[in-house]
Amino acid sequence: MKRNAIAFWGFALLFLAAILLSAQFVANEYWFFAGYVILQFIVLSVAWSILGGYAGYVNFGTSAFFGVGVYTAVFLVSAIGAPLALQIAVAAIVGAVMGFAVGLLTLRMQGIFFSIATIAVTIVVETTVTNWRSLGGAAGIQIQRPPVTAPFHSYVQMLVFVQALLVVLSVAISRYIQNSWIGRGLQALRDDELAAECTGVPTLRLKMTACVISGALMCAAGAPGAMYLQYADPASAFNLNYSVSVLAMALIGGTAHWIGPVIGAILLGVTQQLLTVTISSEVNVLVLGVMLVLFVVGAPEGIIGLFRKGRRSEGKA
Amino acid sequence: MFSMDLLLEAVVTGVLLGCFYAAVSIGLSVSFGLLDVPQVAHPAFLVMASYAVFFLNDGYDIDPLLAGVLITPLLFVFGLLAYRLYYETFERRGTDAAVRGIAFFFGIAFIIEVLLILYFGVDQRSVTASYIGKSWRIAGMRVPLRLMVAFAVAGGLTLLLSVYLSRTFMGRAIRAVAQDEEAVRLMGANPVRIKQWAFGIATAVLGVAGALLIIVSPVDPTLDRAYIGRTFCVVVMAGLGSMTGTLIAAIILGIAETIVLTMFGASWAPAISFALLLGILAVRPQGLLGRR
Amino acid sequence: MTAGDTTLAPLLRIGALTKRFGGFTALDNVSVDIRPGERFGLIGPNGSGKTTLINCISGAFRTDPATVVFNGEDITRLPPHVRTRRGIARSFQIPRPFRSMTVIENLMVAADFTSATHLRLTAEAHRDQAMAILREMGLAAKAEARVTGLSQVELRKMELARAMATRPKLLISDEAMAGLSGSEVDEVLDLLLKLAGESITIIMIEHIMQAVMRFSERIMCLDAGRIIAIGQPSEVMANARVQEAYLGT
Repeated sequence: MKRNAIAFWGFALLFLAAILLSAQFVANEYWFFAGYVILQFIVLSVAWSILGGYAGYVNFGTSAFFGVGVYTAVFLVSAIGAPLALQIAVAAIVGAVMGFAVGLLTLRMQGIFFSIATIAVTIVVETTVTNWRSLGGAAGIQIQRPPVTAPFHSYVQMLVFVQALLVVLSVAISRYIQNSWIGRGLQALRDDELAAECTGVPTLRLKMTACVISGALMCAAGAPGAMYLQYADPASAFNLNYSVSVLAMALIGGTAHWIGPVIGAILLGVTQQLLTVTISSEVNVLVLGVMLVLFVVGAPEGIIGLFRKGRRSEGKA
Repeated sequence: MFSMDLLLEAVVTGVLLGCFYAAVSIGLSVSFGLLDVPQVAHPAFLVMASYAVFFLNDGYDIDPLLAGVLITPLLFVFGLLAYRLYYETFERRGTDAAVRGIAFFFGIAFIIEVLLILYFGVDQRSVTASYIGKSWRIAGMRVPLRLMVAFAVAGGLTLLLSVYLSRTFMGRAIRAVAQDEEAVRLMGANPVRIKQWAFGIATAVLGVAGALLIIVSPVDPTLDRAYIGRTFCVVVMAGLGSMTGTLIAAIILGIAETIVLTMFGASWAPAISFALLLGILAVRPQGLLGRR
Repeated sequence: MTAGDTTLAPLLRIGALTKRFGGFTALDNVSVDIRPGERFGLIGPNGSGKTTLINCISGAFRTDPATVVFNGEDITRLPPHVRTRRGIARSFQIPRPFRSMTVIENLMVAADFTSATHLRLTAEAHRDQAMAILREMGLAAKAEARVTGLSQVELRKMELARAMATRPKLLISDEAMAGLSGSEVDEVLDLLLKLAGESITIIMIEHIMQAVMRFSERIMCLDAGRIIAIGQPSEVMANARVQEAYLGT
């Protein structure tokens, strides 16, 4: 256990240092633009998996939380010119509150009803923002980036580093949950909610906790997106594609372990970047859909499930 | 600002629109309402059917309604296959069927959307027929003829399906499976076969429903997203699996949408069905119109 | 030693409990006291309301105030997990294990969530406790096995072990012997008798008559949601209405 923790934090520091160093040595800005998107998807799918994976509640509301994160930042910038750190912090708080509200409304529902309800939440929130004149309405809103500070050469480089910090934070939280009694409780209620209750697991409270943490992280991941694009409009910020991409990444990676969504997000994120550049964004959505269906049908426990199966058939339990 | 005339007009339009919503939801009322299949790809199947109708109308000048009837057998077979795949991969293996089933159908919906974009492009498509573009004057109101056609056909379709489910042997078998699968098995019938057949029917009615969709308004590949809200709102409000309930619920939705539209404007339109759905799920998950 | 002492306050008091589903009355004015340490048998034909009664006690169904009193406390407003922490544990008619876990992990869920000190106790201590229960149940060899690979009787024992891991005062065994062979029935029955010997109050629902007869100090028979007989096993068996409910048309 102890050694694992040292290895984990050592790796996390190494990862952050590598991102910082790359800002000094990599000249081509494209890598930062692409890297940002991949890191953002890692945060989103790790966050999704806390409720969707550990607890088995398939949340289609990722885009709602993400979009609210984007628009919280937009609002703070246009209203008081808030700095990036404040944007993210406030977005996390808004996400937690929203997670609590959505959880209260939907977490008593089972299975597909919960999923449908989360789609509904997304559309209702999107429509509200679309009709919110001061946030630009349907046409969207432009925002200005402030000048960048050392050691970064461009604002996007800094955003990449910030998103990398969020990756470390979300993975650390997810890892903590998985190894703690919270994770065991979520796993139990995922397997059988009534049996979990009758074994002493406070199922509603655990689900709410998962929903709040998941929502806070998703909103936080969305906040820097406003500065990344310097522009926000409801149709893209709340696009259902985020929900399905993130869900696909988590399920393809595997949700039984925190590393699963990380693997899935890197794999699909890189593939998407390559396809968008080389072919078209439509084909990249097609590949996403096909991979989702193939994995759900053929490898229900995702990539980490395939690995485990391989190990088990070699004789290790 | 909101006169009686306007209200009356909204109600009339709402009823017409509602019948149309019943026609596009009734298949889901069978697949999700009766069979408990998490069929979130239902609206994507619907839009796909609309494009098939567009293809026949645009390329071969076939009347859209006739085209809808022509593709019905194809859709039936498609439904049989889709259920087979779903059953073999999820229902039979038991655990986690709900979670992975939803992801599965969502993936299918996504694939259909993209294939439609790749083949037909992102532009809106519409069909031509003699009854599109004209309107009748009824009691001082202008009512688009295509909405009248949709109303009549939708009413017929809903009636046909509810008669099928209550009067024919197979229809009653479907209801029996929905109520108690084990009992049907004990009586010597194969519940999987019956459910597969029912899912085929649920998909087949999308032929005519898809024709109505593209008759009522132009269609684009991502239109299915709006109809997730409408169809699930109707089916859940109806109380899962009730055919008359479906008709009433669809009319309620139609009227609600028309009134909100006249009062607050079109920009709120997408949220109405979803908000209604959310409200029903939160307050009365068994549906407004009772249990099945 | 274990005989339910009539002079003690009841551990569980069901008071005029009625449960309706729509127009259907599943339980009709059921009242009974279960004494501390009692071995209580619950019988009745299918659909007579046995499992409904269990669900009302364990909290899966909500009931009117004061209809379920445990250890002197009205628990009708408490959710199931709180009732479990108060000391009510159950097994399920159709086993409901946590399928993605091993046997010992199933038990550790109980240890994690029912010990008041779950933040202080180390995982090792929980594991030791769980292991002790598995040994008592004769499942120690299967501790690291996945539950999906267990046999029917092992699954039944695992459910009882998991219930025991919540350290209950009252254990409700819902047809833990259904579908087992004769020798397996004896195994589970001996286990339940051993647990009763540790001063745990047990309600046993069972269709296998000789098992209920051997186990129970007192038997209650439900039919169509009503108590038709309650008392000594031999009395209940001799009751004409019980015989009619079980054997008659």
